[in-house]
Amino acid sequence: MRRTIRGTLASTSAALVVLAVLAGCSTDVEEPADSAAESTSESTEEADSGDEGEWFVQADYDEQDEQRSATFEGPESEPWLQYIDGEMTDTSEYNSGGAKKVCFANASVSNPWRQTGFITMNQQLEALQDKGVISEMEVRDAQDDDNTQLADIDYFISEGNCDAFVISPNSTAAMTPGVERACETGKPVIVFDRGVETDCATTFIHPIGGYAWGIDTAEFLVDNLEEGDKVVALRILPGVDVLETRWAAAEKIFEENGIEAEDFFTGADPTEIKKIITDALNQGEVAGVWMDAGDGAVAAIEAFEDAGVDYPVMTGEDEMSFLRKWEETGLNGLAPVYSNFQWRTPLLAVEKIFAGEEVPKEWVLPQTPITEDERAEYLEANEGMPDGHYAKFGGEDLPGFPEAWQDR
Amino acid sequence: MSTTSITTTETPARPALPVHEGSLGSRIASGMATPGGAVFVLVGVLLVAIMVSNPNFTDPGALIRFAGRTAPIAIAAMGQYYVIVSGEFDLSMGAVIAAQVVLAGNFIGQDEGRIIPGLLLMLAVGALIGIVNGLVTTLLKVPSFIVTLGMMLALSGLVRYITGGAASGNPVDAFRDIGRGGIEDVPVVDIIPFPLIILAVVAVLSVWLMRRPFGRTLIAAGDNPQSMHYSGAPLWSYKTRAFVLSSLSATVAGILLVGYAGVHPSVGAGYEFTAITAVVLGGVVLGGGRGWVLSAAAGAFALELLFTLLTSLGVTSTWRDTVQGLIIIAAVALSARAWQVGRRPRRTTSSDPSPSTDNTATPSPNQPSTGATTGDN
Amino acid sequence: MKARLSTVTSTTIVYGVLLVAVVAGAILTAVNGRNFFSVGNIDNILTTTSILGFIAIGQTLVVLGGSLDLSVPFVVSLSSVVGGGIMAGQSGNIGLAVVVTLALAMVVGLANGLIVTFLRVHGFIATLGTGLVISGYLASNYKGSHGSAPLDFRLLDATRIGPVPMSTLIMLGCAGVAVLMLRRTRLGHHLYAVGGNAEVARLSGLRTSVPLIAAHVICSALAAVAGLLLLARLSVGNPTIGSQGGYDLMSIAAVVLGGTLLAGGKGNITGTLAGVAIFAVIDNVMGVMQVNPFLRDVVRGVVIVVAVAVYARRELDTRPPRFERPTGLDAALQEAR
Repeated sequence: MRRTIRGTLASTSAALVVLAVLAGCSTDVEEPADSAAESTSESTEEADSGDEGEWFVQADYDEQDEQRSATFEGPESEPWLQYIDGEMTDTSEYNSGGAKKVCFANASVSNPWRQTGFITMNQQLEALQDKGVISEMEVRDAQDDDNTQLADIDYFISEGNCDAFVISPNSTAAMTPGVERACETGKPVIVFDRGVETDCATTFIHPIGGYAWGIDTAEFLVDNLEEGDKVVALRILPGVDVLETRWAAAEKIFEENGIEAEDFFTGADPTEIKKIITDALNQGEVAGVWMDAGDGAVAAIEAFEDAGVDYPVMTGEDEMSFLRKWEETGLNGLAPVYSNFQWRTPLLAVEKIFAGEEVPKEWVLPQTPITEDERAEYLEANEGMPDGHYAKFGGEDLPGFPEAWQDR
Repeated sequence: MSTTSITTTETPARPALPVHEGSLGSRIASGMATPGGAVFVLVGVLLVAIMVSNPNFTDPGALIRFAGRTAPIAIAAMGQYYVIVSGEFDLSMGAVIAAQVVLAGNFIGQDEGRIIPGLLLMLAVGALIGIVNGLVTTLLKVPSFIVTLGMMLALSGLVRYITGGAASGNPVDAFRDIGRGGIEDVPVVDIIPFPLIILAVVAVLSVWLMRRPFGRTLIAAGDNPQSMHYSGAPLWSYKTRAFVLSSLSATVAGILLVGYAGVHPSVGAGYEFTAITAVVLGGVVLGGGRGWVLSAAAGAFALELLFTLLTSLGVTSTWRDTVQGLIIIAAVALSARAWQVGRRPRRTTSSDPSPSTDNTATPSPNQPSTGATTGDN
Repeated sequence: MKARLSTVTSTTIVYGVLLVAVVAGAILTAVNGRNFFSVGNIDNILTTTSILGFIAIGQTLVVLGGSLDLSVPFVVSLSSVVGGGIMAGQSGNIGLAVVVTLALAMVVGLANGLIVTFLRVHGFIATLGTGLVISGYLASNYKGSHGSAPLDFRLLDATRIGPVPMSTLIMLGCAGVAVLMLRRTRLGHHLYAVGGNAEVARLSGLRTSVPLIAAHVICSALAAVAGLLLLARLSVGNPTIGSQGGYDLMSIAAVVLGGTLLAGGKGNITGTLAGVAIFAVIDNVMGVMQVNPFLRDVVRGVVIVVAVAVYARRELDTRPPRFERPTGLDAALQEAR
């Protein structure tokens, strides 16, 4: 037996030696290695995301809090082209004619929000193809995996014959090296939705952000509830920064105002949501419901119906299922918006960039919640859309409206 | 219940066993000493713990609602039981549920007239999936883990592809009532949820089925396929039927869940793991050959009670996975020990494996001692 | 050594399937106006292969021993954040980080092995449980990305020797070591024996627990190496990176695709590597063809079942009688003999 154990140790240590030797030899071949690694050395410093266990950056919180009331440049009828005044990127070097090929590295289409956005993007593509701006868009879908998306970006760089890169990062810090490699090609790089920790991109398009979402929603609940009231916070999953910031802001505001909030992870599964609410109602009164994304909101409301208690004050999202149920029940609610129309902006940015027009370095799009007063208007505008559709999708003037969104 | 006692006594290995051997109490006690019985004790303990930590739970209305919402997972667990006891896995369960939920939303929609055709269609689809799983496993000799994993990927992908990933909307309320409603204005408990009634029906059918030759053959198949082969039983047909039962259970769970929660592609996510865990928690041994079908349902209740207890104790949401993991390992480790301890005396003393016909604690008709005592050779 | 004879045939079939996949892939890629064998495309295939490769090698050992490891994705995530946290962007910390991460993973593997052998909990439940335990820890302690890899460490990912990424070479190195272990060491032989029939192995005087525990420890260690490579690749630790890849079920699928019996006792590493490569080629071709992401899952699911069906029947004839297993998942196999 002792020999067996020694065998294990031997083979394990052999593996370690192999690892060490190979790791060692990599330094010798540093020259032909991807130069990407060198250029990113400065940015790795910034990549430290603070202490573990805490996800709250006061400066970001304050900035987004201010942006909620900022004035947006550009036409109000086209919010997907609006931006907050700031640094602009000069794109005159890209000014050229002809239809361009766009390469889009998508994080995934694994939830209704992304599906709606992707449809909008494809319809926008059609419009720009008709205009002769874009020849084709090659799409690689990473299916929610950072590793796959990095490979996708590398593939585009070496094989894609791309004129411009559009990247919707799967996660913020991890996709930074990939975006940097894309930037090194010297072609325009457009990042949207989640950000990355480098400013090499030509433009970074996003609605105001997670903190703003948290502030909008938590303030609404605080205004409509009493101190000491209980709020159930329904969160999709931990460890995703765009969702963590929404909760971080809301949690802070709840704490400051004496709202008792308890958070749960649901995986966006309505069964889980309903169970959680039912259990919470069993424990005592629930005055408010907060969601970090509105998917599954209907199940939460139904849990109150089934228990035969009053509706809570609630924040959902501009998903049609919530808006419809909200109207039907008449509960006191708010539909925060993580502007779905941002899926149009990247391709419109491509058009501007190759026309040599300057674009905002950080293109902050408006992000305004839908209030009860505006609800009827959005319900009417989106009549016939499926439950998983998002009211502020912004594609009413695109080809294929409304069939493209209705027949999924 | 009279039919069951007849089939029991037909087994040649054990002729004419007394229906009442020892007092009822002692038989229940001996049943409790096995893992399949211990899970009922576990359910009791968890229930008391929840009631202590949250007095609101002592309300009969709250209890019966809890039982109602646990019905889908208990039904799924009983379906998974057939597959596991025959020595296989069914990983496609969650995907089947999701497919059925989406099917209900799209096919039935707001048309009450399509409820019956819709139900028939869902059951047919469920049966078809089970037949495919079963035949590929038994005739093409692909391990069931792989067959059902492939089915899971293909089915969930297909559902999302066809629907474009977006749910069209909930089916008509009359259909959803199956999973959401109940018999109202009942004294004491206020409401008897329909899912609970369906669970009871499924449970009775399952107990009946497991006492028929089918059930006994299935257990023997999981316990010792070799001897099954020599006995000449058409194993492929028994196992395929087990897969069909599993998919049909998932279908029933799907019908209940679409009522309870509504249409969403993530309904049923992770159900395969929950169901397998519930079955194992109920003392059914992975790899087949041991356990009772009702213990599987009890395992599902134990799991759900555990989640509810963690909530009512205020365990931080992020730590719940950890606690759940520890408890599952501990429970299964204890039951593994109990099977070992519990087996030996059965071989020597004849009083223990009494295939009693009382259905409250149902000790051991489905235990491996049926047929030849070929536990582990 | 009869076992080896029979594995040659099954491995040959697996490589045949891989060849078919490559030829079909090359044709489909060419139809789409691309070159399958271009440097960029080969690079894409190899980088996506290597991470799953590490995990599948470890999974092969565990499956050979008759167990399963569903905790690998969480070990990958844990290694990525712990490694990243200790490195904290400093080159000087690399050694410590690698040692601590591997040690931590081996503790997890040891726990898995002990639970399976001494507490007699089926590997499915045992590792599902430890996976849940780790996932709770990760969710409670890491919100979003954590730590960072220094430049030196990131070279692990960035370096190419010719067209071959460093990570692939390390993966092949580990595979070589694992092959040697299985063929030349007593531990390897015992692992086959225990996986084939634990009872017979015990009666012939083996301490059946030792090979299985070792397999679990090595499997977790290899998952940690995969986690560290992902750290090098992503430049930061990510608490959900393991789950993102779905490495638990995909690694088991790759192992079975490679011709290893899920019930244990028969199979080899080279087959597993081919299994991983088949997945990588299929994924690559579907990427080039821009197949709808949902349909990709359908294709994967069908390929897994069909590919295994191709040689599952054949194995029946070549399987040596002494590696029988009286109960278990391949009960159907037994029945048909």
